[in-house]
Formats: sequence, C-alpha cells, structure tokens
Amino acid sequence: MPQIGSFTLLLGLALSVYAFVVGLYAIVRNDDRLSETARRAGIAIFLTVTAASAVLVYSAFTNDFSLAYIRQHSNRALPGPYKFAALWSGQEGSLLFWCWLLATYGLVLRMRHKVDTRLVAHASVVISAVQIFFLVLVNFAAHPFALTTGPLPADGNGLNPLLQYPEMVIHPPMLYLGYVGMTVPFCFALAALIMKYPGEKWIHITRRWTMVGWLFLTCGIFLGSFWAYKVLGWGGWWGWDPVENASLLPWLTGTAFLHSVMMQEKRGMMKVWNMWLIFSTFLLAIFGTFLTRSGVVSSVHAFAESDIGPYFVYFLALTFATCMFFYWRNRNHLQSEHKLESLVSRESSFLFNNVLLLVATFAVLWGTLFPVLSEWVTGHKVTVGPPFFNKVNIPIALCLLLLTAVGPLLAWRKTSAESIRKNFLIPAVIAAATGVGLMVYGIKPWVEISYFYSLMTVMLSVLVAATIGSEFIRGGQVIARHNGSNIFHGMYLLTRRNTRRYGGYVVHLGVIVTMIGFAGVAFYQNNEQELGFGDKMAIGPYTLICRSYTQDDKPNFSSEWAILDIYKAGKQITTMYPEQRFYKASGQPATIVANRSTIMEDLYLVYTGKNPENGRPIIKAHLNPLVWWIWAGAHFILVGTIIALIPNMEGKSQRPAPRGQSPGEQAEALVDDAEERGSPVEAGND
Amino acid sequence: MRLARTMHHRWAAGLLLASALLLMGATGDPTGQRFDRLGHNLMCECGCGQVLLECNHVGCSTSEQMRQELKLSMARGDKDDVVLTGFVAKYGPAVLSAPTTTGFNRVAWIMPVVIFFAALGAVVLVVLAWKKRTPKNPTNSGGQAPEELDEFRRRAREETAL
Repeated sequence: MPQIGSFTLLLGLALSVYAFVVGLYAIVRNDDRLSETARRAGIAIFLTVTAASAVLVYSAFTNDFSLAYIRQHSNRALPGPYKFAALWSGQEGSLLFWCWLLATYGLVLRMRHKVDTRLVAHASVVISAVQIFFLVLVNFAAHPFALTTGPLPADGNGLNPLLQYPEMVIHPPMLYLGYVGMTVPFCFALAALIMKYPGEKWIHITRRWTMVGWLFLTCGIFLGSFWAYKVLGWGGWWGWDPVENASLLPWLTGTAFLHSVMMQEKRGMMKVWNMWLIFSTFLLAIFGTFLTRSGVVSSVHAFAESDIGPYFVYFLALTFATCMFFYWRNRNHLQSEHKLESLVSRESSFLFNNVLLLVATFAVLWGTLFPVLSEWVTGHKVTVGPPFFNKVNIPIALCLLLLTAVGPLLAWRKTSAESIRKNFLIPAVIAAATGVGLMVYGIKPWVEISYFYSLMTVMLSVLVAATIGSEFIRGGQVIARHNGSNIFHGMYLLTRRNTRRYGGYVVHLGVIVTMIGFAGVAFYQNNEQELGFGDKMAIGPYTLICRSYTQDDKPNFSSEWAILDIYKAGKQITTMYPEQRFYKASGQPATIVANRSTIMEDLYLVYTGKNPENGRPIIKAHLNPLVWWIWAGAHFILVGTIIALIPNMEGKSQRPAPRGQSPGEQAEALVDDAEERGSPVEAGND
Repeated sequence: MRLARTMHHRWAAGLLLASALLLMGATGDPTGQRFDRLGHNLMCECGCGQVLLECNHVGCSTSEQMRQELKLSMARGDKDDVVLTGFVAKYGPAVLSAPTTTGFNRVAWIMPVVIFFAALGAVVLVVLAWKKRTPKNPTNSGGQAPEELDEFRRRAREETAL
C-alpha cells in the first residue's frame, strides 16, 4: 500500500505540472483544445490525491505500522473515528489532507468552467501552481508514506489524547476548508488581474467563494474555541496562542474584503484595495500554516518542528512577487470609477471598518511575531500573551461594534444630519437605557476597566440589535402593507429579496450575541478545593457536595473521576462527573471537563488530580458567565452566512408593480433598485 | 545628578504605591483577586506556553511550585512590582505574560497605536482629497434625475417610517 500512496502522489504532482505548464501555454497561444486537456489534468489531480488519502486512512484502519506516520499517530485500540482523524493529526498527514482539499476545490472550480471559460482557465493555472507547491511538499519534504526504520513495532504511539474528542474530528477539517478555501478567491483575483478582466463579474464569483471560505474558517475557529473550552480544562476558550492567532489573521482580512467588496460592486470603488485584501488573505493563510509548522514561534498547537519552513518562505516570497508584478503591470485597470464624497456615508463606514479590521490584523500579527523580533534585537525572548492582545484588541473591537451599528443605516454617498437623527435616536435611547439599567443592577464601570469594557460591549451590542431590528421591522412593514400579509411574512420576503444584505444582518446579530458572551469574562469566578466524601465547596450560587470518587479501566485508557451533587438555593439540580484519563499508548494524562451550561452561566468542573496522601480528588470549579452566548452567536453567524449565500428571490424591479402598491412603495422600490444598480442615491432607509 | 535621579525614582515609586493603595482601597482588592491578577501576569514555565493560572497540565508540578512562590511572596507583603521582579530574576523575562513598558519592549505597545492613528489619519486625508475632486461619473445609472430621486426618497421615507 505505501507504494501505491507514493505513486499516486507523484502522479498528482506530474498532473499539476501539466495543468500549469500546458494551461499557461494554451492561454498564451489561445488554444482551447490544449486548455481543455489542462482542465482535465486538473480534475485528475483530485483522483490521484483522493487515492493517496484513502491509502493513508486504510493504513490507519489496518494498523499498518510499517508506515512511520501511522506508527506515530495511531494505535490498535484507537477508536475508528480517531483513526480517521489521524489523517490530519500530524504534519505529513495534514499536508496531504490540505492537498486533498485543494484538489477538491480545484475540481469544483474546473467543473464549473462554463461560468466563464477563459477566466476559469486562468484561475485553473494559478490553482495548479499552488497545487504544485503542496504536492512538492508531500512528495519530497513531508512524505506521509515514509517507512518505519528499524524493527516493526507491535503497536503505534497512539493519537495525542487532546485530539481524542469529537470536536477535534470536525475542527481541523473546518479550519483547513477555510484556509484552503481562500485559495480560490485568490486564484480568481489574480486571474482577473492578469487578463485585465472587464467588468465586475469576477468579483461576484470571488465574493461567493470568499463567503464559503470565510464560513468554514469561522466554523473552524469557533469549533477550535469550543474544543479548547471543553477539553483543555483551563476554563477559557481563547488563549491568544500563536496558532489561534494564525487562524484569526486571514479571517480578519477576509471579513474586511467581504465588506469593502460591496463598494466595488455598487460604486466601482476600492478596486486596488480589494485586490490586495484577497491577496493578503491568501498570503496570511499560508503564513499561518508556516507559523504552525516551522517552529518559528512556540505554541501549544504547533506541529513537531520540521525543516519545511524554508519551503513556505520561498513560496510566500514568490507569491508576493507575482502579485506585485501583475499589480504593477496592470494597475491602470484597477482605477476607481467614483470617489468618496463624504466622511458620513456608507462608503466611509466600510472604509473605517476596513481600517479597524486591518489594524486588528496588524496588532495580532505584531504581537505574535514580537517575541521573535525582540529576541533578534535584544537577545532576550519575551512573552506576548493574553494581557497584551486584550489591551490592544478590545478597544478596536468596541470601535468595530459601533461601526456595525452605524454603518448599515448610513446612506451611500452622503448622509444628512436629519437622517442620522431619525435613524439613531430610538436605538441610542434603548442602548443608553440598557447601560443605565446594568449600572443600577450592579455593574460599576468605574471600579475596573474590564467592567467598563463589558458594559460598553453590552450597550453597543444592544445598539446594533436595535438598528438591525429597526431595519427588519421597517422593511417588513412596507412589504406586509403591500402584500396584505403579516409583518413576519414581510420580513421573510424582505430577506429573500436581498439575502445578502439581510443575511449579513443576521451575521451581525451573531457577532453581537458572541460579543455579549465575551463580555461575561469580566465576571469569571473560580475556586479549587480537595473534596472527600460529603465535603462541600461553594462557588457563586452553587454548592458542590462530593458524593463519591472512583476509577475505571478501558482498553484505550484508565480513568478516575469524582461524583458531585450540585445544589442551588438548597435544592439539588444535577450531578456532575469531572474526570481524568490516562491514555495507555501515549502515556499521557488528559482531563474530561464536566460542564453545566445555561443561558446565564456555565458551571465548569475540572478534576485536577488527587492528593497522593489520602487519594481525595482536587476539584477546580469555574463559574463562567454568558459563555452559552458565544456558541449561540456562532450559530447565528452560520445561519446568516448561509442566508447570504442563497440567491435572491426574483427582483421586484423585474416584475410589474402589483396592484394596490402605493406610490410610496413604488418609490421605495425605485430607490432600492437604483441603489442596487449603484447609482448615487441617498438611501438612508436602505 | 545621581541623587536627583534617586529622589525622582523614590517619588515615582511613592506615587505608584499611593495610587496602588488608593486603587486597592477603592476596589477593595482582596488577596484572592490580587493573586488572580498577578497569576495572570505570569506564564507557567512547564513549557505549556500558558498563563500560570491557566496551565492545564494534569499534575503540573512547575505551576504548583510557581503558585506557591507567588503566594509566599504576597504573604511577605511584597508589592506587585517586587513580586514580578522576583519571578523575572528567577525565570527570566519570558515569565511575564506581556512585554514591560521599558526599553525595546515599549515598541510592542507603541506600534499598534501608531498604526491605528496613521491608518485613521490616512483615511481621513484620502476622503478629504477625494471630496475636492469632481466625481468621474456624476450621472446615476438608474436614469432618474436627482430631483426626481429626492422626491421618491421623501415619499419612501414617509411611508416606511416606523
């Protein structure tokens, strides 16, 4: 089997070289027949890389320890789903998985070539170049089919215990789908720049692909966070670890692109900016991969140190040089059709949103790389941990929240003071009332800066919710009046008619729900105590009583846990079982957190160990307010992005005006249509 | 000169101490909260790369020892900076979870602020420069005259107002 795997990988590399060289030649010679052979070679890459991946998975399931990779990352007693997950659990396998995802995206891109044959031919050449790089890596630098040296072992080393969780089976594929997904918009953008693509069609195609990549990246980040929270047992969900930061970088620039691209579509502006945002997103995705795999920065998540770092550096340099070359050569093609006319307009809100997102990107990148820089300059390595990132990024996030509230209600081109007053008065009053209510409830922002941040987060989130709510209500009312239906049906139709805008609003709702979850951090509590039979521990409104503690032995691990009865206001509400496991193959311990999650707070219990003298368990209890909101927000973001990806219901401008439509509604439709076409209209209500 | 500097340092330290005491008095900072705050300013040295109070290594003896050292230092009545300096002396500068505000480390804090204001300033300048220019394409693609759109807009607002 290893030989089949190696052969298919080599074949994949040969096919990607063919797709690149012949594809390029066909473009230069304008030869459609040759171009078609290159496209088919590109499709065949998917088959070869799929075969190689299947061989590796098969080797894991058949315990083929003659493969060094399987020996390192699997063992006989490992449950089936984790054997499958072994494919992306190590350096070599995860690079192969990356190749497979890239080949899958490449397959979809090439299968959908009829959308624009010539543009796809160009994009196909670019994606082939990226495929060559990754296939060179798995063929020559990090070969997943390398054979075990020395005598064949009876069993493997097993999978890292921290990876043996259901979330860990889903999290890396989602993250990789996001990272790799950013390759496709990059390919289209570079292709459009190379061929001086006329019009904005390419941007429509690219936006959709970016949304797909962004969606996966978002899911991957949230799943990683959820995994860290549920598994790592430190009571938090984001540690500003370099690898976590690496996933955030392309997400931030991708988010910036998804906003600023609207200016290009509607008003033909910011073409250079958008082009470089796509380039940056791809480069940062690759840079993040480089950080994770090169050992440049130390991280809990990083793969074992290897010598593949220089490959990534050369690839990054070459990609940047290529982007720069074509940008310089064809920069006249990217001239704006309109100029910004006012600081108080939808355009400028997008611009400021982009500035903030890019400053956040810089701050995260800077903090991640500063230890390396500091060591280089002073000879001493310093740590840049959560206190730095929180201090720098929280104010930026609050500014972004403010813009999220303000932006959608500003008109294109210019917004009048009257429009601002009319649109913001009620939401601002609601937000201020919320702030006053919270202070009366007991949150004193003058006591500690974290309380101030929490209060501001909640107030701004309410402001966003109120502005979004008013948008939905206003639009829903108009359609309901027009159709004679109820307001909810009106809102549904409103969303179907402009899925992108209203799906975007649902994403914004998700963001504020998540932010409210973040605001709970200021009120975390914890307590640690040794608990014998019948011993009590109090945390917040809860009392924990240790009913018993015991142990168990399974083929893959042995475990010990405590049985704790939880009381609230003198009444037993549940029983919880914090556990500690000891994995036999790897010889590593791991915690299994017991968590009771409610809308208000999480009671999070960790079995941290036992007293060696009396065998009593030591339990660490965390009371984490509002964490539930973080995961709820992620669901809103998921739903909102899916809504935004659904095509619009047929536009009302294409249908005759329904009977009974009032002049005002017809006017609203006209204004709406005019805005959709990018005309310079003030559309404060849109 | 040296005397002046020493006096200056003493004044600064006194001011810092007074502010800290005032703050502690205002916030009622008890030992638990202080331990929590200082523990989050330190990194665990077991190699986990995590904040001291968040090291999740099962049975980590390093973090346990460091926590005891922190408690001991606090019990001795050491001020925050003395506690942290003690840890730096023993474990090196990487034990602090964030760069200090001295020497080259200052650059870590300054750069994001500089970039923020530079970017903001650049945007404002670009918008102001653009405002001065006449738009390339002043007509709307919808084909309506601006006055006509104003009228439509006014009616749309009237009928869609909450």
